Amino acid sequence: MAVITDALCPFCGCVCDDITVVTEGNKITDVKHACKLGAAKIMGHHRIKEPMVRDDKKGNFKEVSYDEAIDAAAKVLAGSKRPLLYGWASALCEVHKKGVLLAEELGGIIDNTASVCHGPSTLAVHEKGLPTSTLGQIKNRADVVVFWGCNPVQAHPRHMGRYSVFARGFFSDKGRKGRKIVVVDVRKTDTANIADEYIEVQQGKDYLVISALRAILAGQADVVPAAVGGVPKEQLVKLVDTMKAARFGAVFFGMGLTQSQGRYKNIDNAISLTTELNSFTKVVIMPMRGHYNVTGFGQVCAWETGFASAVDFSRGAPYYNPGETAANDLLYRREVDAALIIAGDAAAHFPANSVRHLAKIPVVQIDPYWNPTTEVANVVIPTAICGIEVEGTAYRMDGVSLRYRKMVEPTHPTDIEILEKITERVREIRGE
Amino acid sequence: MELLIKNGAVYDPVNGIKGDKTDIPIKDGKIVASVSSKAAVIDAGGRLVMPGGVDAHSHIAGAKVNVGRIMRPEDTRIGIRPRTKITRPYTGYTVPNVYAMGYRYAQMGYTTVFEAAQAIMKARHTHEELEEIPIIDKGALTLFGSNWPTMDYVREKNMDKLAAYVAWGLLASRGYGIKVVNPGGGEMWGFGKNVTGLDDVVPNFDVTPKDIIVSLMKANEMLGLPHSVHLHCNNLGKPGNYKTTLASMELAKQVKPSRDRQVLHVTHLTFNVWGGTNWGDFESKADEVANYLNSSENITTDMGQLIFGSATTMTADGPVQYANAKLLHAKWANGDVELEDASGVVPIFYVKQVSIHAIMWAMGLELALLTKDPYKVLLTTDHPNGGPFVNYPDVIALLMSNKKRQEEIKTLHEAVHKRTKIPGIERELDFNDIAIMTRAGSAKVLGLLDTKGHLGVGADADIAIYDIKPDQIDPSVEHARIKSAFSSAAYTIKGGEVVVKDGQVVATPAGRTFWVDASVPEQHRNEMLRDIRLKFKNYYSINLANYMVQDAYVTHPNVVKAGAIPVEVN
Repeated sequence: MAVITDALCPFCGCVCDDITVVTEGNKITDVKHACKLGAAKIMGHHRIKEPMVRDDKKGNFKEVSYDEAIDAAAKVLAGSKRPLLYGWASALCEVHKKGVLLAEELGGIIDNTASVCHGPSTLAVHEKGLPTSTLGQIKNRADVVVFWGCNPVQAHPRHMGRYSVFARGFFSDKGRKGRKIVVVDVRKTDTANIADEYIEVQQGKDYLVISALRAILAGQADVVPAAVGGVPKEQLVKLVDTMKAARFGAVFFGMGLTQSQGRYKNIDNAISLTTELNSFTKVVIMPMRGHYNVTGFGQVCAWETGFASAVDFSRGAPYYNPGETAANDLLYRREVDAALIIAGDAAAHFPANSVRHLAKIPVVQIDPYWNPTTEVANVVIPTAICGIEVEGTAYRMDGVSLRYRKMVEPTHPTDIEILEKITERVREIRGE
Repeated sequence: MELLIKNGAVYDPVNGIKGDKTDIPIKDGKIVASVSSKAAVIDAGGRLVMPGGVDAHSHIAGAKVNVGRIMRPEDTRIGIRPRTKITRPYTGYTVPNVYAMGYRYAQMGYTTVFEAAQAIMKARHTHEELEEIPIIDKGALTLFGSNWPTMDYVREKNMDKLAAYVAWGLLASRGYGIKVVNPGGGEMWGFGKNVTGLDDVVPNFDVTPKDIIVSLMKANEMLGLPHSVHLHCNNLGKPGNYKTTLASMELAKQVKPSRDRQVLHVTHLTFNVWGGTNWGDFESKADEVANYLNSSENITTDMGQLIFGSATTMTADGPVQYANAKLLHAKWANGDVELEDASGVVPIFYVKQVSIHAIMWAMGLELALLTKDPYKVLLTTDHPNGGPFVNYPDVIALLMSNKKRQEEIKTLHEAVHKRTKIPGIERELDFNDIAIMTRAGSAKVLGLLDTKGHLGVGADADIAIYDIKPDQIDPSVEHARIKSAFSSAAYTIKGGEVVVKDGQVVATPAGRTFWVDASVPEQHRNEMLRDIRLKFKNYYSINLANYMVQDAYVTHPNVVKAGAIPVEVN
């Protein structure tokens, strides 16, 4: 029996780094300190055992060797005029680097799952920047915390205990008792149930509500009507007063804001509100990132190409124009003629039109797990699980990078090895 | 591998060579006394030869650089070049991608560049980027000026623990030296406040910026670190801040250097020599600061020269960045790091007809031209705060040609005449001065003179050859040729390998990362670590076991040893 302490959980953007894992032989037998979601991932579930290929997507897969699968994948990509390389959120930064290189050599497009998650947040950052901090700054200082369109009780279960609600720190030794918690959402979530104040916004009216808050903050409360987006004016005025009276305020936002009506404009508005609040007191804002390393892909892609996602290499140099070069833009226009889906599940999360096109074109999937994308794949290459069987780097939702430990030996090749071999094989096919 | 560079007009200030025809024999990446007849030969043909450029202050890697990229796609779209068989794509102007960072420095004949600030907690990110920057050698300075353990030990006057913390922090961050940014201000920005001078008391920690600077200088010399404390002064960005700058310099008198170098490097003075009391009576006090430098022995500085056009300001000085964003109505990124420091990123566009910008443009040049000893003022643009590093050749040409300066002054806001001394300064620097400000001086300031910044036997074979013949050019008149030659090296040789030829990258070897491993007595280290463990148990949001940068992030290390030695305090 071996005990690994200070292990990192490869589930959500909290990247909890206090996990204890017990192993026997090459099996994980117990996980301590993790939440239910994290423990379930670390304990493991059904894996794809062998590489598989099929020509006809309606037919059955045939198990093949890794060499055969890599060859089939390379042929799909080398033969493509407009390949899309998508996913990446559940893989380590070392994998992302190989992915950017492959996209560059193919002249393809690389995009990640932020496309259907916090991609709009990045567009807002282009417009307004991002006044933020590390999570520990919030743990030590925040006395007012707002969760807007996010539900950490369900999606980031240890966020509140470790960083934002119950956590105690230097200036916050009373923990929950010293903090005012506000939840803004369209329905009374489990997080709203433990808040001091719940503000219910009508579906799709967040932009209006944020604008009203900014007007009140600017001393223009008289132009705000009696209710905005279903929220009584008194409640809005109270929220502004609460924020202004904070010693340190923190705003966390989720897909309730990024993927509802208004999209990136909602975030643009929320960042402006945060910036303006800083004329009164210290306030920071942070996206609640989902996959444990979706943030890391944006970091790697940015330092390698200058852009955080949706990078098109068809001109030989990075070109970025979300709305044109993001995964769903390309699929919706049926522009892509092949796809590599890795460490992300496009078929489960993309709009039906996009999935329909994926079902028509050759698809290579690299993933440890069978998921809806497998159903539209022609070539399936199972890999070792990053963060459990492979060590390497991921970025927490606040941009702090941490190194994952290896908990058990891999039973499959790593994503890095597979991408390197595909890249080599593509070069051979192209006679380079 | 042997190589011989023949017939170069060599400028090697450290070895007293000023344009003499000197051959440079190279073997296995080092400069040697002689090579065999089998050595490959590069005939410099009388052209200018200098040691590879060394940059002691540039923001090339890490969290805030990447924030700049992510928030500025409009910048990334400038300077794009597609991939070739040898090079990855280039992107960006003020915030280039990692590849363009290495390629562009090498194309200018630079071979060593130091990132000027990393928080320990985010150092892993810095090293991830440094690893990807091709060709050049590099290192990173580590922020200590608002760290809670620093302030605790300063308050307790426990120099042993402070030195032990610095040594451990350098190890944890794989850092090269002590960076101090707006000391105390980073902590106060945690609640949206700032310090206003050297004697303000930081609440809850009961220390002043002065205490922090002096204690860290002492710790630096106790450890005998290769570099000195590297200070970004308090009150940066505020009219009248030259007084704070001079008062900070005065503190250096309290500490004796443990090595042949300064005890304090005061950085990017373009932002720190501001006179006046507001934007209306804003003026340059670069002359007063230069006078101070002329009469002091233990302080070095760098220009932080302003370049007209686009820049991206990025600094651990969080409060100044919020003020900038408000002033400029610009987008604002803020990045506080728990228990350690603040930071901010704000784009800016420097305009010739804006009086403040025209005056700032003059400040860097005044400082360089009024300070007699070029070893005291390094050539930097505080990339990308004053402007991107690719403009160094323009700055070189300005320093070498009064004619060019006068031509430039004609295009600027008239304030440059009334509020600066630059129109009346006739001094023109020569190639030897430039070699000091961009090579020998920066290597000396960094404590790297054993292998960098000169061409003597034993030095790294990092060499630049420029396409001008010093004896056949008048830089004062032909400043455009000076600029173009320094922009595009005829040859850049890194570790004995030709990496640039005729301005184009021809090879992309990996550079090394310099970091300092400083020893302290075991007892001091253990006592310090007891405190650190409590900080992690109670305050940090990650575990101590996951804090330090692992070896995997520094695959080509160059470890410089240092260690505790007694310090004499005046």
